Amino acid sequence: MNAAQHALRVETAGVPSANSLTVGAIKRPHVTVRGLSKKFGKTTIYDNFDLDIPRGELISVFGPNGCGKSTLINMIAGLIPMDAGQILFDGMQLADIKFGYVFQNYREALFPWMRAFDNIAYPLKMMNVSPAERKARTEQLVARLGVKIDLNLYPYQMSGGQQQLVSIMRALVVEPEILFLDEPFSALDYEMTLFMREQLQKLFMESGTTMVLVSHDLEEAVYLADHVLLLSRHPARVADFPAVTSPRPRTDATLSDPEFVSTKAHCLEVFQREVRRA
Amino acid sequence: MKEKLEPFLPVIGVVGLFAVWFGATSLKLVDPVLLPSPMEAGKAFYKGMYGVLGFDFVKTVYRTLMATAIAAVIAIPLGIVLGASEKLYRSLEFVIDFFRSTPASAMFPLFLVLFGVGDETKISVAAFGAILVILFNVAYGVMNARKTRLLAAKVMGASRLRVLFDVMLFESLPQTFVGLRNGVSLALVIIVVAEMFIGSQDGLGHSVFEAQQMFEMPRMYAAIFAAGALGYGLNLIFLTIERRFVHWSGK
Repeated sequence: MNAAQHALRVETAGVPSANSLTVGAIKRPHVTVRGLSKKFGKTTIYDNFDLDIPRGELISVFGPNGCGKSTLINMIAGLIPMDAGQILFDGMQLADIKFGYVFQNYREALFPWMRAFDNIAYPLKMMNVSPAERKARTEQLVARLGVKIDLNLYPYQMSGGQQQLVSIMRALVVEPEILFLDEPFSALDYEMTLFMREQLQKLFMESGTTMVLVSHDLEEAVYLADHVLLLSRHPARVADFPAVTSPRPRTDATLSDPEFVSTKAHCLEVFQREVRRA
Repeated sequence: MKEKLEPFLPVIGVVGLFAVWFGATSLKLVDPVLLPSPMEAGKAFYKGMYGVLGFDFVKTVYRTLMATAIAAVIAIPLGIVLGASEKLYRSLEFVIDFFRSTPASAMFPLFLVLFGVGDETKISVAAFGAILVILFNVAYGVMNARKTRLLAAKVMGASRLRVLFDVMLFESLPQTFVGLRNGVSLALVIIVVAEMFIGSQDGLGHSVFEAQQMFEMPRMYAAIFAAGALGYGLNLIFLTIERRFVHWSGK
């Protein structure tokens, strides 16, 4: 099933399109953002911003510093209010869907007074799932992901990568329709970051969940993404939304694959154009 | 070799203190009436703890713990409520800070009028002092709850009440224990002072004061040591509970 899903994704992602911005039209979009506006004080971050997020894809959000990458997913995930606009998930409101959110600062996002297992199961408690079923569903998730961590430990007894893996599992346990990740690996050392990228790719291929990842590392953004959302300086526009067609699972070899290299070069070009625009 | 010596480092200070004390008394550098030898004081301590001093010790422990318990029962829920609403806390902050800065001993006469001469007065003055210290710490613990953690709970669908009990309460625990430790120390100070003056019949404060009045210096030193041991012991007990109970603190 995994392979079939995978093949399907590669096929759809591989459809050649003259204009990458129209990719949303090939599949029905999962998330539609319309007329989004947001100001911080006198600074306009978003002004009448539109975006379609395709279903079952991993979207990386990349752009100049302070352009509102995190603000975008925070507004979509309802963490901060928007000034105007409408965000729908399959035509539904945020309150009607299940979603997960992974914070950059895992140390402050996990509950240190609970064991890792109970941290992962916590969202189920909020959904009034019975204790027995919480345990069963958490165990199921752990088994499915093949995670080999002692989940009886407290978060502070784990390495940074393990803690972030626990936060990701906590976000996945409710079987979310969409998962938001705000620079999830930027607090980790390089070795752990590489390992976690693989873990995330595995989770993505395994679950097929729509994922929106904010990243400040272009290579990471391109490596993980089906589409890279390149934002301009604020007020943010979609500078480009190119597809990354390299087949999954991507490996170290992908990094030197000509197609990958040219996509990355294109993204860098767009990024620098946007940075210089100021 | 070096690592093996490490655990014995704290002993050096104790041994040093006794050595200086012993030297000073055996060389008669100090009037032996004012400073008896460590052996004499030790004997008075040992004998006293099986007699009157032991009784006084228990009395002081009882009053201090009573005062701290009353303070905790009042201050912790109040602190959580105040901390959860920053506006409420800001509006009461001055009053809390003012009375926290008021020496509780200045309240003795007032409490004497209110409660008469007895245990109630000592305990309630000590509780008054401890309440404000604990309240202040609990409220700050709740207010300083990590924003990310609160957001994480909210994002997972926790209601406001859930966030309060599942996150804020736990987040405030480390600071609550700081408050409890400060509170119990303060309560002990106030209790011992109260036992000295307000028509007291027992307690360590009474014991120190009485020994001094009767010029029984070894007994006075014994009582001082008992009070010191009590203060240190209470702090240690609270620290142990804290480590057990708030295992994540500082990690």
